[in-house]
Amino acid sequence: MEKAVEMIQIVKQFPGVLANDHVDLIVLKGEIHSVVGENGAGKTTLMNQLYGLLKPDSGEIRIFEQKVSFKGPRDAIAKGIGMVHQHFMLVNNLTVAENVVLGSETTRGIIFDLREAQKRVDQLSRSYGLQVDPTAKIEDLPVGMQQRVEIIKTLYRGAEILILDEPTAVLTPQETEELFSVLKRLKENGKTIIFISHKLNEVMEISDRITVMRQGKVTGVLNKNETDVREIARLMVGREVVFTVQKPPAKSSDVVLRVENLWVKDYRKLDMVKGISFEIRKGEIYGIAGVAGNGQSELVEALTGLRKPEKGRVILCGEDVTGKSVRELREKGMAHIPEDRHKYGLILQYPAYYNMILGRHYVQPFVKGDFLDHRKIQEFTKTIFSQFDVRPNNIKMLGMNFSGGNQQKLVVAREMSAQPKLLVVSQPTRGLDVGATEFIHKALIQLRDTGVAILLVSMELDEIMSLSDRLAVMYSGQIMGEVDPKEVTVEEIGLMMAGHRFEDLRRV
Amino acid sequence: MRVLTAIWEIFTNPAFYKLTLTAATPFIFASLGGVFSEITGVVNIALEGIMLMGAFVSIVFTSVTGNPWIGLLFAILVGLGMAWLHAWASIKWRGNQIVSGTALILLAQGVTGFLMEPIFGRPGQTDIVGKIPELRIPLFMKNEFLAQSIGELSPMIYIAFGCVALAWFIIYKTRLGLRMRAVGENPEAADTLGVNVYMIRYFGVLMSGIMASLGGAFLSVGEVGNFRELMTGGRGFIALAAMILGNWNPVGAMWASLLFGFSEAFANQLQSSSVLHVASSTKPLFNMFPFIVTLIVIAGFIGKTRSPAADGVPYEK
Repeated sequence: MEKAVEMIQIVKQFPGVLANDHVDLIVLKGEIHSVVGENGAGKTTLMNQLYGLLKPDSGEIRIFEQKVSFKGPRDAIAKGIGMVHQHFMLVNNLTVAENVVLGSETTRGIIFDLREAQKRVDQLSRSYGLQVDPTAKIEDLPVGMQQRVEIIKTLYRGAEILILDEPTAVLTPQETEELFSVLKRLKENGKTIIFISHKLNEVMEISDRITVMRQGKVTGVLNKNETDVREIARLMVGREVVFTVQKPPAKSSDVVLRVENLWVKDYRKLDMVKGISFEIRKGEIYGIAGVAGNGQSELVEALTGLRKPEKGRVILCGEDVTGKSVRELREKGMAHIPEDRHKYGLILQYPAYYNMILGRHYVQPFVKGDFLDHRKIQEFTKTIFSQFDVRPNNIKMLGMNFSGGNQQKLVVAREMSAQPKLLVVSQPTRGLDVGATEFIHKALIQLRDTGVAILLVSMELDEIMSLSDRLAVMYSGQIMGEVDPKEVTVEEIGLMMAGHRFEDLRRV
Repeated sequence: MRVLTAIWEIFTNPAFYKLTLTAATPFIFASLGGVFSEITGVVNIALEGIMLMGAFVSIVFTSVTGNPWIGLLFAILVGLGMAWLHAWASIKWRGNQIVSGTALILLAQGVTGFLMEPIFGRPGQTDIVGKIPELRIPLFMKNEFLAQSIGELSPMIYIAFGCVALAWFIIYKTRLGLRMRAVGENPEAADTLGVNVYMIRYFGVLMSGIMASLGGAFLSVGEVGNFRELMTGGRGFIALAAMILGNWNPVGAMWASLLFGFSEAFANQLQSSSVLHVASSTKPLFNMFPFIVTLIVIAGFIGKTRSPAADGVPYEK
């Protein structure tokens, strides 16, 4: 079979890290080839070299069996390579059509021919089943649509080889399904696809062949049909990975959090939480599953003091705390690991040691009179760093310079070290690789075993099924049923996520 | 009652409309400069300084050559030079754009003040050295009101409106304009598509130099024919307000400039009104009028405008 891409003995050195250490990657024409590895394994670096954004220190790149040397993305595009970046490269206030043609515009004389651009986008979107309105502004489109625009952009430039860098990280499960059908259609049309990911289930679903990377090296090239998730994970992490979380049964006793008939509106003044009631006891993990946008975020915001509920009561350790401020709630023993660690979890411009005391910056032992006690703060941070194995072990590094997994560790470490009575956790492992996910799961279980009540909101079904002691499914602002995850099937959970009540399911 | 009579007199006086256009023209030029620069993502508060230099240089070369058009040409060249300095500092060296802009304003004020003595023999202001003659449009001369309001205007006023149309065409109808808007919003995205971010930004800033120097030169060779120290008097900043109020759109900036020109002309007319007899000690109060209008309008509109997302952010590959 013809080889679309050959990257031979690629070496790329960054200050302090050997990002690619004699990497070989061979992609056949017309296949979907996954490149998997943990964050920092060198996948993105490798792809950036293929796309001309970086130049390899040594090694050879061949495209369709022809040796190439790219000075920039423009050269790569000319050779038929297109890349969909992890963070979309779209201009928000321009329309879909304008974004697609930017850089190789349709023109009539000196005039930019917008109508022609719209026509070309429309043709492309029809022939590949990528429905999108060419006249819509990017900022008005949902994430899944924006990703389609990125794909159309590469096709417009005549891409034969498409690189998708962690394309599913930002998608809902439905959007992921749609993306996969688009990728399959592209493959049928003879396009070659390189799929970068660390979600192994997806990799197994979509790929023909898989290249596994760890610490800058290739640790295996596998055929999908001859391997399984376990083997890939072992090659990625370098050891056996435990997928099923092992935990002793919960020793539930006193009620820590009681929510009674809670109603919450969102910023549009629409009811998002519609009369929810539940209890969480000491030493238990209470999971809330559901498709994104069914009121989980508003529920979490109401419980953590970020949003005032309209009606109902929240009782924390026997005390009515409805509508109390974030600070009051934290002082009463609430801790919160928010779903968006960049926006709410960390101050990216601050060094790690300041991030470590956010929310407790005014209490002992971090203050001396009215001033921060930097010595104590740094000592505290050092202890936490070794306890949670944060890397690199540099407490002065800015929040933004840590990898996603380590940023999340910073947030988790801070919230856990506050010795909470109730921990509210939202999407704790979103965007994290296998190793970091495993670490955070273990930490949550450990915290539970010390008697903390944990509310866990997650869209990842596997995660919520294996961690929760009790599980509620939210749909359209209501709880469809409260179940023991060991006693229900994934199908039943799925039906509840789609709006069926548990009683109704079991009655049939 | 007297106030209403005075206002009525102002509005019925055809000369008031000519004054409005005249007052608005420097704002139009300079705010277009602001649009050109900021739409590509470079904040240019140096407009004020470039205007002042433009006003000065055009008078210097008018007095040397006797031809105000040549004065204008040199004003443009010096404006380009100053804009290039700003571009070089803020694009090439990724310096702070506010600091660079402020430095250029102070530089312009220092240089023009210092050169007054050696060139014109005295500080303060120069003699009248000549201005661009007004253009008479015969068609408008038939009606007395039109004749007195827009019958005889500086050709630079027409050029200003021509520049509005040109800027709109470049920004919204050409390939270059699409790239300018993309670079000001998300330079990284433009870069990955092979758009030369630095070159586009240089273009935007250099255009702002041309526009701002024309605005400054209008104040001297376009309007009065001499140069006074600090004669721009903050107009560069009002032009920035016009740019914001116009939502970084050339046509919007033009309307906002006309509003500010109107308020300046109105304040001038009101304080010299024969009906009101304003005491000379209170006259300076009227000069605040355009600035108060600016404050109110900006405070009222600020939430409704949207600046280019990468405005003022240096781009690093």
